[in-house]
Amino acid sequence: MRKMKETTLDNGLQVLVQEEHTAPLASVWCWYKVGSKDERPGLTGVSHWCEHMNFKGTTNIPRDQVKGIIEQFGGSWNGYTWIDQTTYLETATRDALDRMLFIESERMANCLYHPDDCESERTVIISELHGGENDPDQLLDQELTATAFKAHGYRHPTIGWLSDLETMTRDDLYGYYRRYYVPNNATLVIVGDVDTDEALRRVDAHFGRIAPGAPIYRRTTVEPEQTGERRLTIRKEGTTAYLKVGYHVASATDPHFAPTLLLDAVLTGAKGVNLWSSFRVPPPQRSARLYRALVERGLASSVHGSLVPTEQPFLYTLSVTATDGVPLASAESALLEELDRVRRDGVTEAELTKAKAQLRARMIFDGDSVTNIAHQLGYFATIASVDVFTTLPARLAAVTVHDVAAAARDVLSASNRTVGWFDPLPLKSAKADA
Amino acid sequence: MSLSPVRAALDNGATLLVKATSKTPIVAINLAMRAGSIVDPPDAPGATWLLSRVIDRGTSTRSAAEVAEALDSRGITLNIVVTRHVFCLVCTCLAEDFTPVLALLGDILMAPSLPDEEIATRKGEVITAIRQDEDNPAVRATESLMALLYPDGHPYGCRTKGTIESVERLTRDRLRRLHADRFAPAALSAVIVGDVDASRARDEVTRVFGGWRKPAPSPATLPPVTPASARRRVVIPMMNKSQADIAYGFTTVTRRDPAYYAFWLMNVAFGQYALGGRLGDSIRERQGMAYYVSSAFDANIAEGPLTIRAGVSPKNVDRAVASIDEEVARLVADGLTPKELDESRRFLIGSMPRALETNAGIANFLQTEEFFGLGLDYDERLPDLLTAVTLDDVHAGARRALHVDRATVVIAGPYEER
Repeated sequence: MRKMKETTLDNGLQVLVQEEHTAPLASVWCWYKVGSKDERPGLTGVSHWCEHMNFKGTTNIPRDQVKGIIEQFGGSWNGYTWIDQTTYLETATRDALDRMLFIESERMANCLYHPDDCESERTVIISELHGGENDPDQLLDQELTATAFKAHGYRHPTIGWLSDLETMTRDDLYGYYRRYYVPNNATLVIVGDVDTDEALRRVDAHFGRIAPGAPIYRRTTVEPEQTGERRLTIRKEGTTAYLKVGYHVASATDPHFAPTLLLDAVLTGAKGVNLWSSFRVPPPQRSARLYRALVERGLASSVHGSLVPTEQPFLYTLSVTATDGVPLASAESALLEELDRVRRDGVTEAELTKAKAQLRARMIFDGDSVTNIAHQLGYFATIASVDVFTTLPARLAAVTVHDVAAAARDVLSASNRTVGWFDPLPLKSAKADA
Repeated sequence: MSLSPVRAALDNGATLLVKATSKTPIVAINLAMRAGSIVDPPDAPGATWLLSRVIDRGTSTRSAAEVAEALDSRGITLNIVVTRHVFCLVCTCLAEDFTPVLALLGDILMAPSLPDEEIATRKGEVITAIRQDEDNPAVRATESLMALLYPDGHPYGCRTKGTIESVERLTRDRLRRLHADRFAPAALSAVIVGDVDASRARDEVTRVFGGWRKPAPSPATLPPVTPASARRRVVIPMMNKSQADIAYGFTTVTRRDPAYYAFWLMNVAFGQYALGGRLGDSIRERQGMAYYVSSAFDANIAEGPLTIRAGVSPKNVDRAVASIDEEVARLVADGLTPKELDESRRFLIGSMPRALETNAGIANFLQTEEFFGLGLDYDERLPDLLTAVTLDDVHAGARRALHVDRATVVIAGPYEER
């Protein structure tokens, strides 16, 4: 990994700069340590809604000039909100660096939250929520998470609950924005064809005068240990049956995280280690245990494991799409049998060697663009620290079969799991009316 | 800096394009066979798709388990992509694995064993995927739109996956014949991009594919495309869903049509630029009706579609369709403004470094360049081609292909015709 410069401005803004001179591009990401876990009842979805509002113009970027501000440099921009974080990015030609920093400084300090824009965005977000509900797999994921957690803020969906989206006010949104969008709660990441010293000078010019916010004290409810299996079933019209099994699992900084990552690679193939790369490219999984037990036996058309690094203990989720005509009970039974086996017998040296090779390759593949490199750095800086990422290869290399067996025993117990079914009812309507 | 790839033709007719890069120790391999879904036999829709699911499940010298192990042990995901015209093996590997991986892919492409038990398992997966599509309003709307724009069995209007009945009927013999008829060196374009020397890549490709001897397949022909002569509207009620998907479209031009660049710029301004161009401004930003709305332009060998897509609440379907009509009518009446054309052009030209940043991105670009015969200097000429487009060119394109009275509109979701 190339050398990265890390510094903190007087106002508390953490800044990471990494030069990559492979293409005439620069990627700028601004990360905020605020996500849906920080929301209180009545305001679920506020983090995500704020993200939408922060594309609506600022004091110095009028609403009608937002459009095209990055596109004129051939650039792309985006943002996302998840359970621990909210982030914004631009990737464009290197001559746009100053403009990208200006946009992010405006986003941090000067968003407007015009009441008309808040109302217009309310319906856009409700449309986004309904679009998600169209997907049975997504619906099941939401219900599974809500069942697996009964106390922690991870339990509600990032999009929020509908009633909160219908009733939240402009003042709720703006108050949340002002509380969390402060330099001492943010990390700015710059990766690309830039000069580090010059980039830091530009960062200071744009962000140095933004006042720090009040210190953010977070009250965190620790999820009580689960003491028995939980189950849920969604019965809704559909064509396909889905199964999900979730297990409470260690956070990114926990020593058990690396062995669990390798356990997942043995079970379902290795993925990248951030939210995007966890699903951007399908994992190499033809020889993985659960693929062989479910897909190769014709019980499932797909199986996927999800272990995404998080700030606090979240879930390891196994998702199965049952092959048409296969009862969910059969798929579940085969899945649990395989999980019991790894819990009982552990993994082999050959499996561990392969899992390590897969993770090594994935982490190299993920360094193929300035956007992905910046994402990886900012992701870990926000949920843990960059060191947790940079030391991960060494920690993975040190994992033994005994460590993986211990992780399997710890994580995959019956009392730690939540089982969810989407058991479809026959469709009543699906004809075309010309 | 121009791409300047190395292009070579093997004596068996296969084509090779190589671009050496040294940004990361990885290599993108992209092997495209001109055997997309348009070569599906008329009595076997979905055959190419099923072949794509089975082709890498064993070869004449390797069992399915051995292929799986060879890929997984190197952390490689092999994607097999079937488009209308191309059947493509795509993967990225570590540079140290390039030689064995290329040999494996060559084996898969030239000598698949297509075991019966694998076909049976993959059929189950494809049928499940078709059933999932049947419950997906976005897929239902888009597939219905394509079937209406390309009727009477035109391959562009057919589901790539086929139907449950057609998939169930497919046999090993049918897949073997399809492979024998359509997979040949003259139909192969191999693109290698990454941390490998160009001469070494050429040697390796020659070693793997040079001995493959087969006659060139007969060219696949496409029926003519007839633009719609009247407005059509189809509703697919899916009352178990929360949101309705709208697919609205026209047939346009071929990729080799001189008007292609005018259509491309028009589409960017109309439904792409920033958050969905003009459509996004109206339907998402001003009216707050949709989380997503955009247009896509897919010119191809035959006249491809311009498709507008939006996801809206069922109560907003009529208002959203009316807004799309309004934007289409405005585009046809007035064309683009000079500012819109300039912005779209700057965006497309300026976005080239991003498109060509990764090895996989370069490989895609080179495959397109080769498939449509755009020339090895296409990346250098593209800015001039876009710069040459005038407002009149765009306006003429809009008048030629778009008309509210000839739009095809499909709505799928919790919505019924009143």
